[in-house]
Amino acid sequence: MSAVLPHQQVLVPLDQLAPLVLPALGDTLIMVGITMAIVVVVGVPLGALVHNLGPSGLFPHRTAHTTLSWIVSVGRSLPFLVLMAAIIPFTRLITGTNIGIPAAIVPMSIAGIAFFTRIVENSLRGVPPEYARVALASGASPVQVIRTAQLSEAIPSLVGGLTINTIAMIEYSAIAGTIGAGGIGYVAVTYGYQRFDHVVMITTIVVLIATVALIQWAGDAAVRRLTPTARRAGRAGRAVPRQPVDVAV
Amino acid sequence: MILIEGLSKSYGTKNVLDRLDLSVDAGEIRAIVGPSGAGKSTLAQCVTLLERPTSGSVFVNGVDLTALGAAHLREARRRIGTIFQRDGLFARRTAAANVALPLEYLGVTRPEIRTRVGELLERVGLGDRAGAFPHELSGGQRQRVGIARALALRPSVLLSDEATSGLDPDSTASILALLRELRDDLGLSILFITHEMDAVVEVADSVAALHDGRIAESGTVVELLRDPSSPLGSLLRPTRPYLSPRAGDEAWQVSYRSGAVEPDWLLRLGTRLGEPISLLGAAVETVGGEPVGRAVIGIPAPAVEDLRAALDELGLDGAPASAVLRDAIVLEKVA
Repeated sequence: MSAVLPHQQVLVPLDQLAPLVLPALGDTLIMVGITMAIVVVVGVPLGALVHNLGPSGLFPHRTAHTTLSWIVSVGRSLPFLVLMAAIIPFTRLITGTNIGIPAAIVPMSIAGIAFFTRIVENSLRGVPPEYARVALASGASPVQVIRTAQLSEAIPSLVGGLTINTIAMIEYSAIAGTIGAGGIGYVAVTYGYQRFDHVVMITTIVVLIATVALIQWAGDAAVRRLTPTARRAGRAGRAVPRQPVDVAV
Repeated sequence: MILIEGLSKSYGTKNVLDRLDLSVDAGEIRAIVGPSGAGKSTLAQCVTLLERPTSGSVFVNGVDLTALGAAHLREARRRIGTIFQRDGLFARRTAAANVALPLEYLGVTRPEIRTRVGELLERVGLGDRAGAFPHELSGGQRQRVGIARALALRPSVLLSDEATSGLDPDSTASILALLRELRDDLGLSILFITHEMDAVVEVADSVAALHDGRIAESGTVVELLRDPSSPLGSLLRPTRPYLSPRAGDEAWQVSYRSGAVEPDWLLRLGTRLGEPISLLGAAVETVGGEPVGRAVIGIPAPAVEDLRAALDELGLDGAPASAVLRDAIVLEKVA
């Protein structure tokens, strides 16, 4: 956290605005970045597992599916503030502290994993189920089926979901700011809200909007690039220029 | 070759397949027809064990698939090429990458995959569309890619589940021609599941009708078409509406009993009976190189004995058309 200001100076002078807001933005991006890395690493296999334990999956198992699904739902249904407070003993067990960025990443990851598991499950549900049959009939192992006939074919949808999830994590990071994790949301609350510093408030709002818009734009662009039908939409119906044999995918 | 013995599949209390026996010899194209709900798709899925049969055995090249564990089953499946309805191409992969799938699963090296995929696409006439995505190909082209993929691991058996359903007539004809060609060149056994009777006559050597999970009737296509009493034969080539006979004439349905029918049999029949014979409706064609024909003729007040003898001499079977039609309607309800 930056600049502890003298007591009598209530408003942040304009030249102090950037040194206040930029490091906070950096904190937010670190928190969200690390969280999302954990979310993807855990959420993708977990989502694939939940999907394939389901009735249309590769290894349907009612009890296991119901149990896992229920656990994920619990993670999804708690408001983030409640979740964060409730798991403080667990957070302290893992990180040794209950304040700061590491302490924020634990509850953010748990909420994010629950969120992303559902997104992965939903994306996989959107992949035609005959792909799995094609893969199996072509001699694929279950892992190969999940990788090539499910996840790989769901990539545009997964990236779209990842974008939504990342933006949600920015929101969560603002709440996590209240346990001393810092970040842009924390600056907005302490300076903009508690000290009525409208300049700081507006600045943080603008920075947040810009950050979210940038992430959304990047996500949309990635989805377009990853979707063959969208990428070549302008040329569909016309003869497509010849391409070299591209086996690698 | 494929040998299916006593295959049953039930979902709950519903028996979709009921102790079904079926075989496809090496180099044979065997069609399975039947109304929707007869169990065709279930049969297709049971042959590759994508659905595990409730009981019975599926032998492919002498190996009982139902007795195999997961790893061996995966190996056995590699010897069966499957062509799917609506092609089953992965939308995010190019034609080449789709054909490469079975090779990737097997762990073939990149350069080898590249060579083999090139050959396969060339084989199905799509050597120049390797980099095209499925949505950039026509329905017929997509199904060709599906066939190339099915051939990737050099299978000896091809399973085609409604491969031409939903294709336009030209694409259907070219896919059927390709299947015959592949059978001739590679000696494949092909199990051709369809509900399109024209496709059966076009491509198959033999055909079995599936009804309520059992084989209701089965035989070579030519035999069935030559058998006027065969319900399956009537389904393959239904009698089209024919002209009304002249007043006093009687309509008879005749059919080729063998390939040894002279093309001018109508003239010969008239001469033999000393009566003018009128042609009210006819379909004469070659099926798999064999002449097959059915006709409805009008004969002035025939002496039944004379007529039968004359038809018999010419290599034809005959019966009063009304009776045949009546039978056909009854049998169609049965089949």
